[in-house]
Amino acid sequence: MLKFTEEHEWLKIEAGVATVGITTHAAEQLGDLVFVELPEVGSTFEKGGDAATVESVKAASDVYCPLDGEIVEVNEAIVADPSLVNSDPQGAGWFFKLKLANAADADGLLDEAAYKELVG
Amino acid sequence: MDVSSDLKKTPLHALNLSLGARMVPFAGYEMPVQYAAGVMKEHLHTRAAAGLFDVSHMGQVTVRARSGDNADAARALETLVPVDVLGLGEGRQRYALFTNDDGGILDDLMIANRGDHFYVVVNAACKEADFAHMQAKIGDTCELTLHDDRALVALQGPHAESVVAELWADISSMRFMDVRACDLHDADCIVSRSGYTGEDGFEISIPTNLAEAVCRRLLDHPDVLPIGLGARDSLRLEAGLCLYGNDIDTGTTPVEAALEWAMQKVRRKGGERAGGFPGADIILDQLENGTDRRRVGLKPEGRAPVRGGAVLATDAEGEDVVGTVTSGGFGPNADGPVAMGYVTKAASAPGTQLYAGVRGKFLPITVSALPFVKNTFKR
Repeated sequence: MLKFTEEHEWLKIEAGVATVGITTHAAEQLGDLVFVELPEVGSTFEKGGDAATVESVKAASDVYCPLDGEIVEVNEAIVADPSLVNSDPQGAGWFFKLKLANAADADGLLDEAAYKELVG
Repeated sequence: MDVSSDLKKTPLHALNLSLGARMVPFAGYEMPVQYAAGVMKEHLHTRAAAGLFDVSHMGQVTVRARSGDNADAARALETLVPVDVLGLGEGRQRYALFTNDDGGILDDLMIANRGDHFYVVVNAACKEADFAHMQAKIGDTCELTLHDDRALVALQGPHAESVVAELWADISSMRFMDVRACDLHDADCIVSRSGYTGEDGFEISIPTNLAEAVCRRLLDHPDVLPIGLGARDSLRLEAGLCLYGNDIDTGTTPVEAALEWAMQKVRRKGGERAGGFPGADIILDQLENGTDRRRVGLKPEGRAPVRGGAVLATDAEGEDVVGTVTSGGFGPNADGPVAMGYVTKAASAPGTQLYAGVRGKFLPITVSALPFVKNTFKR
């Protein structure tokens, strides 16, 4: 199940665990990323919490936790090479895996069609 | 409501849009922050080949002595800046600072001697205030004109000279900070060998109606890419150059800002024309005795950029605060984060280990010499 947020994150949800990243649109808007800071495995966030930080040449931006949950895995590859987020934002450029506190929360997120409409 | 309608447009606005520029509000103008290539590629391309920047938002002012004697215009300008203007030869340009009575910096600018007048380039955000300041202080002796009839572009990078030579004219005899009239593309241009990137290059003032044609010719050259404000900022930061409003302002003096080199001996204590500019007492005293704080380069040790506003401390707990970052970001050629800021005199020696507050953590950062990349001016 692929879901999106209005804050330009995508979630691929399998068995109550969401793989989370930023959308192609967000990656294009941010421009070339030079630094990524990821949360620690085991940390918990509420929906809207600052889970990660990305920095382009020009500015820093927060990546919000899309739903309540616990971080169970992070993608160290994008820390080593932030440009992965630009080259493959919805694939190899994923950020973290979030074990959802309540799997039904995902129902409130946008589907792909609704997200595409949002970003025009 | 279309808020962008309040923003002014440069003569190159349509060209910028056609080049895929992402436009942002800057100093009252709608300006290109980046083009299709993106900030990283634009930055690296400028240092490898040549980049073209639209800087038409900046203020171009001519200063003409009412007496007809250009030396009178030089003397008038010397009442506003701590700089040797009278000794500036014809066809030469010099960096200067408008100071206020407290020794603070109202703006930084370039002053060029054009023989029968002086040509001054000031920052976009300050140009109205600068012009009013000049009118009030030297308007009685000088005729001042703020030119909205000219565009301004910068062509920067190691291929800038050969690009201009291939298209129009051999200007290889020009040295860093030379200024001359140039006929480019049948346009009556003013060309100076200067810029804001640390690279060799030129700033070219072009009559508005011919600006797009000149730029299209430049952009048709395979070595030239259009460069936005994003890369302009990272390039000047690597080059250790101040951004007015960030690194210098009315709250900083030229000595605190480590810009003593801009104040020639003739305007200092014991010089033939010592003082005579706003804040001279304070600034000349600081030149002799130093200041409590100083602008320095800062190199973060990790990969995390440290941005303007970050607090600097001597300890990893962030308790002993000794300064603030004023500009910071990622340096593509430095291949890592770079920054500058103000620290206490005691903490200002290159090599001093400090800690910068970033998102609640204090990260190691080292005071380092500027610039972060070697400049390549043709002196």
